[in-house]
Amino acid sequence: MYRETEIVTDMGNDLVINVGPQHPATHGVLHLVITLNGETIKKVEPHLGYIHRSIEKMCESLTYRQFIYVTSRMDYLSAHINNHACALCIEKGLGLEIPPRAQAIRVLMDELTRIASHELWWGAMAMDLGAFTPFFHAFRERETITDIMEETCGARLTMNYMVPGGVMQDLHPSFQQKVKDFLVLYKRKIHEYDEMVTGNVIFQNRMKNVGYLSPEDAISYGVTGPSARGSGVKCDIRKLYPYEIYDKLQFDEVLETGGDSFARYMVRLREMNESIKIIEQLIDNIPEGDFQAKTKAVLKLPKGEFYTRVETARGELGVYIVSEGGTTPYRIKFRSPGFSNLSVLDHIARGSKLGDLVAMMGTLDLVIPDIDR
Amino acid sequence: MWSFSNIANQLHYWLNDHFSPTLTLIIEMVLAGVAVIGLFAGLGLVLVIMERKVSAWIQLRLGPNRVGPKGMLQSLADTFKLLLKEGMTPSGADKIMFNVAPFIAMIVAMLLLAPIAFAKDFQLWDLNIGVLYVSAISSVSVISILMAGWSSNNKYSLMGAMRSGAQIVSYELSAGLSVLAVIVMTGSLQVSDIIHSQADGWWIFKGHIPMFIAFVTFIIAVTAETNRAPFDLAEAESELTAGFHTEYSGMKFALFFLAEYVNVFIVCALGATLFLGGWMPFHIGNWEGFNHVMDYIPSSVWFFGKTFFLIWLIMWFRWTFPRLRIDQLLNLEWKYLLPISMVNLLLVTLMAILKWHF
Repeated sequence: MYRETEIVTDMGNDLVINVGPQHPATHGVLHLVITLNGETIKKVEPHLGYIHRSIEKMCESLTYRQFIYVTSRMDYLSAHINNHACALCIEKGLGLEIPPRAQAIRVLMDELTRIASHELWWGAMAMDLGAFTPFFHAFRERETITDIMEETCGARLTMNYMVPGGVMQDLHPSFQQKVKDFLVLYKRKIHEYDEMVTGNVIFQNRMKNVGYLSPEDAISYGVTGPSARGSGVKCDIRKLYPYEIYDKLQFDEVLETGGDSFARYMVRLREMNESIKIIEQLIDNIPEGDFQAKTKAVLKLPKGEFYTRVETARGELGVYIVSEGGTTPYRIKFRSPGFSNLSVLDHIARGSKLGDLVAMMGTLDLVIPDIDR
Repeated sequence: MWSFSNIANQLHYWLNDHFSPTLTLIIEMVLAGVAVIGLFAGLGLVLVIMERKVSAWIQLRLGPNRVGPKGMLQSLADTFKLLLKEGMTPSGADKIMFNVAPFIAMIVAMLLLAPIAFAKDFQLWDLNIGVLYVSAISSVSVISILMAGWSSNNKYSLMGAMRSGAQIVSYELSAGLSVLAVIVMTGSLQVSDIIHSQADGWWIFKGHIPMFIAFVTFIIAVTAETNRAPFDLAEAESELTAGFHTEYSGMKFALFFLAEYVNVFIVCALGATLFLGGWMPFHIGNWEGFNHVMDYIPSSVWFFGKTFFLIWLIMWFRWTFPRLRIDQLLNLEWKYLLPISMVNLLLVTLMAILKWHF
């Protein structure tokens, strides 16, 4: 049932407009009720639930092998990393030892996914600001990554490549060569990103000193990922709580101290370069061996509670499994980064212009199915 | 030599031979009207396909390539589709205003075609205040946008219309001031006089740096006046869905769309006329030989070449720049462009008095 406030209401002399659920700027079915005074935002009220598919409940009726694939539909842009988080949690419960080859493949795929996600974010954010061309330039690079994924995983968006104990199948023979080709292409084209968008005066004016998020607020609202690192909060799970082989790899946690939209933008751009660094270290050093640990056909987690977290392209994704010892989890809870990041929108948007709201939503990198689940 | 004016004269004599003078006048007016409507539709189609091809070229795409040779008939097909669509009027809308607004936009665009010289001696109406006429009529177009935004009964439309109103009223100032620079140099508001004054070189070259500054401010201001990106706040897609024409569909939407493109053509034609010599070939002072060679290129080619170069420039802007915010947009005009063009006008006036130009 609709509540009365979900439809347009007049609030005194203020103009109330509904951005969404169908709106070009929300990139999904997010509904924002915005109270405006002229062009200035007085209040932003997000309404969720338009794409709620009760994924958590669905997971509870699926076996441990099956439910991983449902999570691809949460944050579809980093589907791989979602699967990774679930696989990690199950392995923690089973106490499985993962072969080094599988670990390397997982990290490689994670970082490729991160780059692909950031590429799409970059294009979509520029489109929010009214520049259409960067979208196509971003897709030129992203397309090569999806091709690599398609070859090895069999799918382009919802890869479903992770299984408890490793990955589903071995890498495609041409994987290494294709990734190297991608690295060459990426390095040849990345300067276009700066020339086309980052260095643009209009773009910088739109981004700088807009949507300031202080480190304290970032922590108290639970903002994670690049959005928090733009405020100078160290929160990269890969560094703080390393999983797989991240502690053996050389890469930096990207931090900006600006706290505004431009800082968040720069964090993501620089993070792509860090991911490239990780891929470069791994691509020639993938250990030989099994790509999957030996597991039983039917997995049963011991009675207890298990929690793991990973760094997705948007922030910290936590997976919490309560097991009663059966073949299906008793309860599953996902701590999705998008939900917490959205919660800060009202705080940073107050007092700025309507055009800025779009820029802020762009730099928070919201993926709506991740918020609603 | 073959030219538009010869054809027009032949037609005039032929009509005079066969009909009474009154009937001739009426027939000529009807023909001119049909020509304007034809030009309006033709320009719309050409510019739409041009925009799509230019954007495709910038965005690493192919663009429309199915209908006709290299997709050149795509916009014709789109027009047919839009003609056949139902013209919806939202239930809460002010019906009369809602339905009249697109026609005002169209009529304004058509009226503006009158004083433009398309080629040597080929002009519908060479009135003595041609440039003033253009700036006067073009400011009427904001009324159609305000009408559309207000009558749609949609908050997005209303905000788009208000933005557009603020924007067009502001940018008209610096557009007017940069046009004044040319008028000060020429001493006439008549389009043909302005073109003839550039027979020994275009104003952008003859007028030193101040004239170039006037040209740049003119291009920025008219880009804003025609609501094109990076100043497309009136229809800011990612903020206001489609701004003032959110509620329009079918042919009524197409009229806004066509009017926008014809307005782009008109301001570019005006820019070409004022600063780049209109149909006047590229002449350098009294280099007789060189000027003579340049005269061999037909005047219509010169005019359309210059105009489409400027249109291409404006399209290039659109597909490269992000959009400005409303306060930045107004800051740009009131804090930068307006003072610059005022000082610039002073410089141009000094130059005109002291005869420092070539």
